[in-house]
Amino acid sequence: MLLREVAYARPRTLEAAVRLLGEHEDARALAGGQSLTNAMKQRVGSPAVLVDLAELAELRRIDRAADGSLELGAMATYAQIVLSPEVSSTHPILAEVAHQIADVQVRNRGTIGGNVCWNDPTNHFPPLLAALEARMTITGPNGEREVGYDEFFVGVFMTAAGPGELLTKITVPAPGACGSAFASVPIGKDGTCIVNAAACVDGGAPRIAIGCVAGVPERATGMEQALAGGDLSPERVREAARGLGQALDPPSDVHASAEYRRHLAEVLAVRATLQAAGRAA
Amino acid sequence: MPELVRVAVTVNGRAYERAVEPRLLLVHLLRDELGLTGTHVGCDTSTCGACTVRLDGETVKSCTIFAFGADGREVQTIEGLARDGDLHPLQRAFHEEHGLQCGYCTPGMIMAATAILERLPEPTDDEIREGLEGNLCRCTGYQNIVAAVRAAARMEARA
Ligand SMILES: Cc1cc2nc3c(=O)[nH]c(=O)nc-3n(C[C@H](O)[C@H](O)[C@H](O)COP(=O)(O)OP(=O)(O)OC[C@H]3O[C@@H](n4cnc5c(N)ncnc54)[C@H](O)[C@@H]3O)c2cc1C
Ligand code: FES
Ligand code: FES
Repeated sequence: MLLREVAYARPRTLEAAVRLLGEHEDARALAGGQSLTNAMKQRVGSPAVLVDLAELAELRRIDRAADGSLELGAMATYAQIVLSPEVSSTHPILAEVAHQIADVQVRNRGTIGGNVCWNDPTNHFPPLLAALEARMTITGPNGEREVGYDEFFVGVFMTAAGPGELLTKITVPAPGACGSAFASVPIGKDGTCIVNAAACVDGGAPRIAIGCVAGVPERATGMEQALAGGDLSPERVREAARGLGQALDPPSDVHASAEYRRHLAEVLAVRATLQAAGRAA
Repeated sequence: MPELVRVAVTVNGRAYERAVEPRLLLVHLLRDELGLTGTHVGCDTSTCGACTVRLDGETVKSCTIFAFGADGREVQTIEGLARDGDLHPLQRAFHEEHGLQCGYCTPGMIMAATAILERLPEPTDDEIREGLEGNLCRCTGYQNIVAAVRAAARMEARA
């Protein structure tokens, strides 16, 4: 398809990328292009300038910080995350979830940074990173800042990385004895999720986040509090999830009614929590 | 009009250089500028995989990549598989096992399958199906496609 006219820049440094994004009104970063190109075809997004991040090798790095946390460059692709020994040694859940996204070709291109910056409510990574309590590093004309996931996800297709800013890094805290799991009901194997849930369990209270039910991933705080301290028997986890769905206000669409999404939210929160508990060291 | 960008790309071993509009997609560079019409456009939304090519060895959907994204890189398309007039084992196997009916999805299927066989010389049916997850076929029901990939793996093992 012929897209609207667009100008193009391929900066060699992060500083140049930020400068270009600031210089042009309606400039957009281009990462894997797996969402942006399609949005441009549908004419729902028509940036005047594409700032291609492809040359910024520093954004593709996956590193271990001194405190044991995992630092994922925004341009790390799903395929890279699936294959990374650094990821699988401490945070295999990231690889497990990356592997569930779409198909080989999309995984070869799509990036974790693009996934969270796009913040489509049905995307896989926002709820997972909420349960893992990840932090996002944003670079802009005024330098660098770090925000928690709760500040980062602002609404449907909206994040704290504003115009002229770039997400550079996602930091996932060291897992300690934490076990993590992700449960979803997708449209076909590895398809778009109708509802998904991520859970992270260690000694204290479990952290549980639900996706596809609001503009941002929703932490199931009531369920988390009900489960703080004490065992995570199936009965107790199921009991704690009761009423979780009623507290949510999910959308209805061709794939599922709001009521069915509320039901799935409870089922999947239980499934993810029990699996995470089973994986906790 | 925005400035043209220079794209220097090697396709199937041959070097090309073109000045293109930034909005040009890789699939149109291949089809319209270079005349390599073996790569098809099906859905044009990164779903069906008919436009699958290899970019520096990675399978990608060329309808969702800008032509400038291939600058300085290597592309392989279906036209680059046959050697001296001899079909590639996958091309022969798709023919022999009836892995196609209308043939629209076939170039993308075969390009995706080349990546499977490089990684897994003896793939199981599940591995074949997972490797072809991004490629849709409206005709065959997939059975013969999977059989063709299996057969190509056997041909390559014998070769
Ligand atoms: C067929 C298909 C099925 C899919 N199914 C799923 C699915 O089930 N689950 C799922 O999670 N995803 C799915 N996706 C979406 C995919 O994960 C995208 O890769 C992702 O949403 C965007 O990542 P990207 O790297 O391709 O970013 P792009 O498309 O390049 O960019 C997306 C947006 O993020 C901005 N952006 C990108 N990087 C940065 C940065 N570093 N800083 C600031 N802004 C940035 C861009 O400006 C743009 O607005 C699917 C995609 C396709 C084509
Ligand atoms: S035409 Fe590119 S994926 Fe369908
Ligand atoms: S053979 Fe017709 S689409 Fe696959």
